[in-house]
Amino acid sequence: MKNVYLDYSATTPVKEQVVNEMIPYFTEYFGNPSSLYTPGLEAKEGLITARNRVAELINSRPEEIYFTSCGTESDNWVLEAVAEALENKGNHIITSKIEHHAILHTCQHLEKFGFEVTYLDVDSEGFVRPEELESAIKDTTILVSIMMVNNEIGTIQPIKELAKIAHNQGILFHTDAVQAIGNMPVDVKDLDVDFMSMSAHKIYGPKGVGALYKRRGIQIPSFIHGGAQEKKKRAGTENTAGIVGFGKASELARMNLHSHMNHSSKIRNMMWERIEKEIPDIILNGPKDFSKRHPGNLNIAISYIEGESVLLMLDFNGICVSTGSACSSETLGTSHVLNAIGVPVTKANGAIRITVGDNTTEEDVDYVVDNLKQVVAKLRELSPVNGEKGW
Amino acid sequence: MALYNNTVMEHFMNPRNVGEIENPDGKGIYGSPVCGDMMQITLSVDENEIITDAKFKTFGCGSAIASSSMATELIKGMSVEKALELSNDKIVEELGGLPAVKIHCSVLAEHAIKNAIYDYAQTHGRKYAGLEGYNPDAEHHDDCEGSEEGGCQGCGNGK
Repeated sequence: MKNVYLDYSATTPVKEQVVNEMIPYFTEYFGNPSSLYTPGLEAKEGLITARNRVAELINSRPEEIYFTSCGTESDNWVLEAVAEALENKGNHIITSKIEHHAILHTCQHLEKFGFEVTYLDVDSEGFVRPEELESAIKDTTILVSIMMVNNEIGTIQPIKELAKIAHNQGILFHTDAVQAIGNMPVDVKDLDVDFMSMSAHKIYGPKGVGALYKRRGIQIPSFIHGGAQEKKKRAGTENTAGIVGFGKASELARMNLHSHMNHSSKIRNMMWERIEKEIPDIILNGPKDFSKRHPGNLNIAISYIEGESVLLMLDFNGICVSTGSACSSETLGTSHVLNAIGVPVTKANGAIRITVGDNTTEEDVDYVVDNLKQVVAKLRELSPVNGEKGW
Repeated sequence: MALYNNTVMEHFMNPRNVGEIENPDGKGIYGSPVCGDMMQITLSVDENEIITDAKFKTFGCGSAIASSSMATELIKGMSVEKALELSNDKIVEELGGLPAVKIHCSVLAEHAIKNAIYDYAQTHGRKYAGLEGYNPDAEHHDDCEGSEEGGCQGCGNGK
């Protein structure tokens, strides 16, 4: 059976060049990077190269990169550390309603300790309105955190403009760029952000490694306490092989950025053109202007049927997509992102996310759309709901 | 490795009794698309109060569709009285188990059948002990997942 993976925003396969570069760090250069003898220094050398490569991808200085265990840790660290460091200045944080749960749930956690959080609304395509950010700022605001690219609907936020608004009021700005790096040009100097979260496994690197960009000169406390790793800012023996893999993946992402973007958007556009033409009663969720959308992202609400059944039937034919539906896996509840952009619950229940990437081919497009058409027709045949009944 | 066992997958991929009986003796709808699950069951019942045919249409996830398929299979040929005793536990058992978060799908199937029988009893002037005090809409909201803020608009229980 043909296998077509269409969930690159969930995770990506690790590139062979990345794996090859990682392997010696499990066996040959296994030393603890904190050790002062040769095997330790060899391992440390790997970290230095990796840090340079990640920094180069986002145009930062290497010393502004702090390796973590994942994007979620980076998000937790920034929010909790800024809250702790600026407690005396204020207790107000601004974010948006469509952030990743790594941000939303950390904000909810901080609310239990007396912090006040404003969750900005977004428009019908998921964009934060800059004027709403501006009017949400108070004297007590200490941090603004807005994701660069939304993981479900692919909306690319005007981060440069939003960061400027925060900075004009002397407020720190963080962006979760987990879905952005490798999928669009990201230049922290140009964007002028103070903190940025990243993850390796979304850019063809390994799972279990992420990073936080922290602008030089800003002091925040540690989140993980212990040894002196990462300039005493992030304790714990480094995941050397993982970090080396992140470095290589970053280098490849930088070198291949334009071909990756062109390939992804070409395949995505081909898929959307066929779906839009051949499957009735569907809605595209997220930006209609594809230049403001993640190059590989499609999120479609398919009327009259439920997303998990679509996922299951596609999986039966070797096609992997994800859903934003009530019945998806463990969390019975529709996507907070689709709710925030005003997709009715009935439609959100039938939403699927397709994200293409480097290994998706033009032939895959036909296989996927042919299958999707059949699956949708079969499930609509089963459904008591249809256009005439008014849902 | 699969989300569901083989029996559930088989009933999901090749569901039995799909459709809608024309001029049914009983028709029941339970759930709503707002809740993520909706089932419609239509029944043919003969003069001896035996269910001769049952068909379903379901909006929902894999386990909702599999539960509908299994439930209609189970009640075909049963007396109405006996079908009223069909519990969601029995549906789950026949399916070889459902993940814990999906048990409510089997509850929906049980209720959709009860609603169809209620309709049959109402339109045919029958009385069953199993329907005493039964309100076809009453318990729906308890099973409804709805949206976090929105409540269940579909079943009219509002916020």
